[in-house]
Amino acid sequence: MTIVFYVSSAVAIAATVLMLTRVRAVHALLYLIVSLLAVAVIFYVLGAPFVAALELIIYAGAIMVLFVFVVMLLNLGEETVRAERALLAPSMWIGPSVLAAILLAEFIWMLARGGVPPAQAVSIGPVEVGISLFGPYLIGVELTSMLLLGGLVGAYHLGSRKAPHTEVTHATHP
Amino acid sequence: MFSVVRTIWYVLLHMFHKRITVQYPDEKPYLAPRYRGRIILSRDPDGGERCVACYLCAAACPVDCIALQATEDPTGRRYPEFFRINFSRCIFCGFCEEACPTYAIQLTPDFEMGEYQRPNLVYEKEDLLINGPGKYPGYNFWRVCGVQIGGKDKGEAENEGPPVDIHSLLP
Amino acid sequence: MTSPYPILSILGILIVTLTLAAGLIWLERRLLALWQDRYGPNRVGPFGLLQVLADMIKIFFKEDWIPPFADKAVFVAAPAIIVVTVLMSFAVVPVAPGIIVSDLDVGLLFVLAMSSLGVYSVVLAGWSSDNKYALLGGVRAAAQMLSYEVFMGLSLMGVVLLAGSFNLTAIVEAQRNLWFVAPQFLGFVLFLIAGAAETRRLPFDLPEAESELIAGFHSEYSGMKFGMFFVGEYLGVILISCLITILFFGGWLGPVLPPIVWFLIKVMFFIAFFILMRAALPRPRFDQLMSWGWKLMLPLALANLLITGAVVLAWRS
Repeated sequence: MTIVFYVSSAVAIAATVLMLTRVRAVHALLYLIVSLLAVAVIFYVLGAPFVAALELIIYAGAIMVLFVFVVMLLNLGEETVRAERALLAPSMWIGPSVLAAILLAEFIWMLARGGVPPAQAVSIGPVEVGISLFGPYLIGVELTSMLLLGGLVGAYHLGSRKAPHTEVTHATHP
Repeated sequence: MFSVVRTIWYVLLHMFHKRITVQYPDEKPYLAPRYRGRIILSRDPDGGERCVACYLCAAACPVDCIALQATEDPTGRRYPEFFRINFSRCIFCGFCEEACPTYAIQLTPDFEMGEYQRPNLVYEKEDLLINGPGKYPGYNFWRVCGVQIGGKDKGEAENEGPPVDIHSLLP
Repeated sequence: MTSPYPILSILGILIVTLTLAAGLIWLERRLLALWQDRYGPNRVGPFGLLQVLADMIKIFFKEDWIPPFADKAVFVAAPAIIVVTVLMSFAVVPVAPGIIVSDLDVGLLFVLAMSSLGVYSVVLAGWSSDNKYALLGGVRAAAQMLSYEVFMGLSLMGVVLLAGSFNLTAIVEAQRNLWFVAPQFLGFVLFLIAGAAETRRLPFDLPEAESELIAGFHSEYSGMKFGMFFVGEYLGVILISCLITILFFGGWLGPVLPPIVWFLIKVMFFIAFFILMRAALPRPRFDQLMSWGWKLMLPLALANLLITGAVVLAWRS
């Protein structure tokens, strides 16, 4: 199981790096999906099959499909590819990489001091997740649902206001 | 929603209906005598070619798949020197049959003329000619027309009076 | 509980499902013909059974062409994704006691996750073909499958509430006294519709709609890549039939006959029903499909979940 963990971690990191360096948006999204799949495998190995399944269903299966959907509709041409290439110039990525390297060094230092936590201590099933979500973390769940409801209402507002507006401009224009 | 369920039910009941497919090579479908299939050239009841090479069929053909060349035998009877139908072009419209003044060209209830090579679909006169009168058994063009040919002199045709002696009309 | 012979189970399920998927090509054509007063393929071999072989030989030897304007890597990957995700789902399907590849605790969620990943196959195929019809098909597929996935999951939650587990074996065992189709009839109907939409079967085949989009997302595919989409669709039909059998019709449970026979009988019944739907129903318009999904099916699935939850809660206390 430890080997599976390290392999999928390596895949996740590699996929994320590749995702950052792709110039075509759909290819970048595909690498992001691979990265999410690898993270789901890590969750499973660490004894959280429920979270792994939800990661697949919600992130890889729903949200990323929406991303791909939108990117497909945008019809990004050669112009965007050139703009993306410009972003890959060293002057653009050297700053964030240095910051990320510092974080990575901190992380490695902490791991080296505290040691690696044992993988697959105990398997957390759906029942445990449900009890902890609707027990100690009830406020968090409710706040999240309020936030999502707010987002939903806002999206509906934006979507519904546009229709009569465009019709009026269309009518006044000769 | 109910109509969807009802549709599914009615389609399911089609399981018990008779199948309308004709199992073709095993079971031949009935073709009417007037079916427009493979074209033939017919003969008179006494065995001579009916075709008088008038070119009307070739003129009527909308896809120009009929080619022929008229000629005459020594007695004055017209007939086609060659008669060629390109069945890879033919659309089996039957216009040639309608145009034909002598019932020579006829369409038959036969459609099984598949070939592996396109040139094999060009039928020559010997492929087209049959040994019979086809759909019009009693008709013999040369016996009813007034043209003089070998074996039939002027005035010998059916329902034809003897030729008038124009000199006899002189006073 | 895992199978005593995992390799044997994997090979067995792989061979049976793939053979069944190929055989479904023949079965579908024969059944469609039966319901349309025709005969269907009946020339090659007994009852036309060797038609499957002939079709396979044909599709293997067809030219496998990649359009020069396509995005090659994605174009090649797309048909593989659908077959892989559907076959992965079969890993958690319990055919009979002990005949299962991996008895996951979250088996049902795993199936849902795999079916949601299957969307990528269609979307990416549509995108990478760089063809307007394919793109339209891909866009339609993404919207349709995303919408119907939502209440597909929700319609199953009633079953999960009644069985108290996501484990498919446990769900079957919970139906010893009463098949879940009786208390969860609404859930069954919703899942049937959502399942047809997820596999893009005929009443919901808008992504490929021959009459308007040529062949939709697989317009540019030929040869074995097209064959993969084909097999993927049939595998999807088998998977959805297996799921209906397991979740609502007591899986392998049944008197007299051995469990695996019962399972196969039930699965074949639902496969035939999917084919009957194809024979009977016309394709809806796309906006009708979407508004139907979001405005009718989703509220129904939520109401079903709510009532089931309330009843279960009242029962337990």
